[in-house]
Amino acid sequence: MRAAGRWREVLAPVLLGVVALLAWQATVIGLELRPFVVPSPTAIGEQLVDHAAVIAAASWSTARNAFWGLVIGVAVALLAAAVSAAVRVVDEMTAPLVAAAAVVPIVALAPVLYTMFGANAQTARVVVAAIVSFVPVYVNTLRGLRTVTPVHRDLMRVYAATRRQATRVVTLPGALPFFFSGLRVAASVAVISALVAEYFGGPVDGLGKAITSAVSSSNYPLAWAYVVGAVVIGLVFFCATLALERGVLHRGNLRQRP
Amino acid sequence: MSATAPTSRSARSGPVEPVGPPDGSAATAAAAAVEVRGVSRRFASRSGDVVALSDVDLTVRAGEFVSLIGPSGCGKSTLLRLIADLDRPTGGELTVFGRPPHVARQNHDFGIAFQQAGLLPWRSVRANVELPLELHGTGRAARRARAAELLGLVGLADFADHRPDQLSGGMQQRVAIARALAESPSLLLMDEPFGALDEMTREHVQTELLRLRAESGAAVVFVTHSIPEAVYLSDRVVVMSARPGRVREIVPVALGSAGDRTEELREDDQFFDRVRAVREALHGTDPADGTARGVDQR
Repeated sequence: MRAAGRWREVLAPVLLGVVALLAWQATVIGLELRPFVVPSPTAIGEQLVDHAAVIAAASWSTARNAFWGLVIGVAVALLAAAVSAAVRVVDEMTAPLVAAAAVVPIVALAPVLYTMFGANAQTARVVVAAIVSFVPVYVNTLRGLRTVTPVHRDLMRVYAATRRQATRVVTLPGALPFFFSGLRVAASVAVISALVAEYFGGPVDGLGKAITSAVSSSNYPLAWAYVVGAVVIGLVFFCATLALERGVLHRGNLRQRP
Repeated sequence: MSATAPTSRSARSGPVEPVGPPDGSAATAAAAAVEVRGVSRRFASRSGDVVALSDVDLTVRAGEFVSLIGPSGCGKSTLLRLIADLDRPTGGELTVFGRPPHVARQNHDFGIAFQQAGLLPWRSVRANVELPLELHGTGRAARRARAAELLGLVGLADFADHRPDQLSGGMQQRVAIARALAESPSLLLMDEPFGALDEMTREHVQTELLRLRAESGAAVVFVTHSIPEAVYLSDRVVVMSARPGRVREIVPVALGSAGDRTEELREDDQFFDRVRAVREALHGTDPADGTARGVDQR
């Protein structure tokens, strides 16, 4: 019963994907669409196989920038959230800055950052990914640290718990789910911004660069094959954070067990 | 003579006879679980001060079960929060076992349960019961043993490894009571702990609470808005009135000790009699129809 449900959960989207690909293929062939409009899935697949090594290298390069950006952004966000939660003045002082970081499209800063850090270094891309992933993690974690229910606060007071104990027992575990929902958003935007930052200059490796150069040489199926690479990175990042979330929250459960 | 009196009194601390006025000697101050003297609490608000409690006097003796009942806004929860040192009075004086509430709190002299069970959702039921012991440095083995014992007492031994959200509201509340009893406090403070439960579950946990209380011999201050609940559980019912919150009347219940009370008591004439007494105290003597009702019932 349960296994059947699991199968349906996996099988149904896969089936839908296959049907969509078939419909796509049939449309391209039936309407004789030109590759610059949209190439057929088989043409994209061919390019994917033929240029597997190049696509993998470009994906790896973008993924690396996104990863380091994410790591730095999350680390700084956690630190900042901890300080803001502890010292209200800091929070009040930085609130406008954080709001600004949330509304300004950071990728738009990429050209400036390339000039700042050098056009042949990856630094600007990592910085963009870091700033973009900082915001959701900071905002969510801070909210999590602030969200202690009154009954738990009363309980800690009645038990005469020290501030450290209350933090360990109530505040941190309560903030974890908030942190993870921030992290999930951050992981997606880190990949997107690292890739989009490549459109604005910098070194010639990476998926963004590869997509623009494939399009400018009219190799549309190859451009699409690079897009597939981007989709794969995005999925890997998303699944990795999800796995981390499940792992940590689950371990939290187990820690209390025998 | 005067030197021996306190020792002899503290030696027989434990369940005291349920009814009877507190004897006024100075020695009882040390034995009383809760002593409230002329306590007021006003809250500042934009439209002027709100007087939540005005000049309240109350003594809860060791081992005594006292319910606070009254309309919403009568300050019954405020009074409980003052005893628990979750709030400070603006006037008057409170002592818990002869000590100021904050000292009693630091000494872990009382356990507490709220209307919301307030369990930590990321901890197992067992770890929730262990929480106060863990915070106060009890060893791992002793903690586990005590949690197992308490979960047995509240009939949830099989649920030790469950998460709170896997339990019904009544079961969660029983876990919260087990947690409140973890350090065998001599005073239990309960703020409408069964308020969110359905009637069936409620009667069940009430009987359970009577049993737990008979076994522990702890004094209980119990806030409720249910008259039958107050009568069924208490040695005395403190009836409060609102705006400003004050004690209107203290109704002695005298339906036997906690251990002797069973479900049958709910059907007993004496029980109905006390329920009526509390209800009359609660609704006050309205000159128009209050007297008529009073005559009717006598």
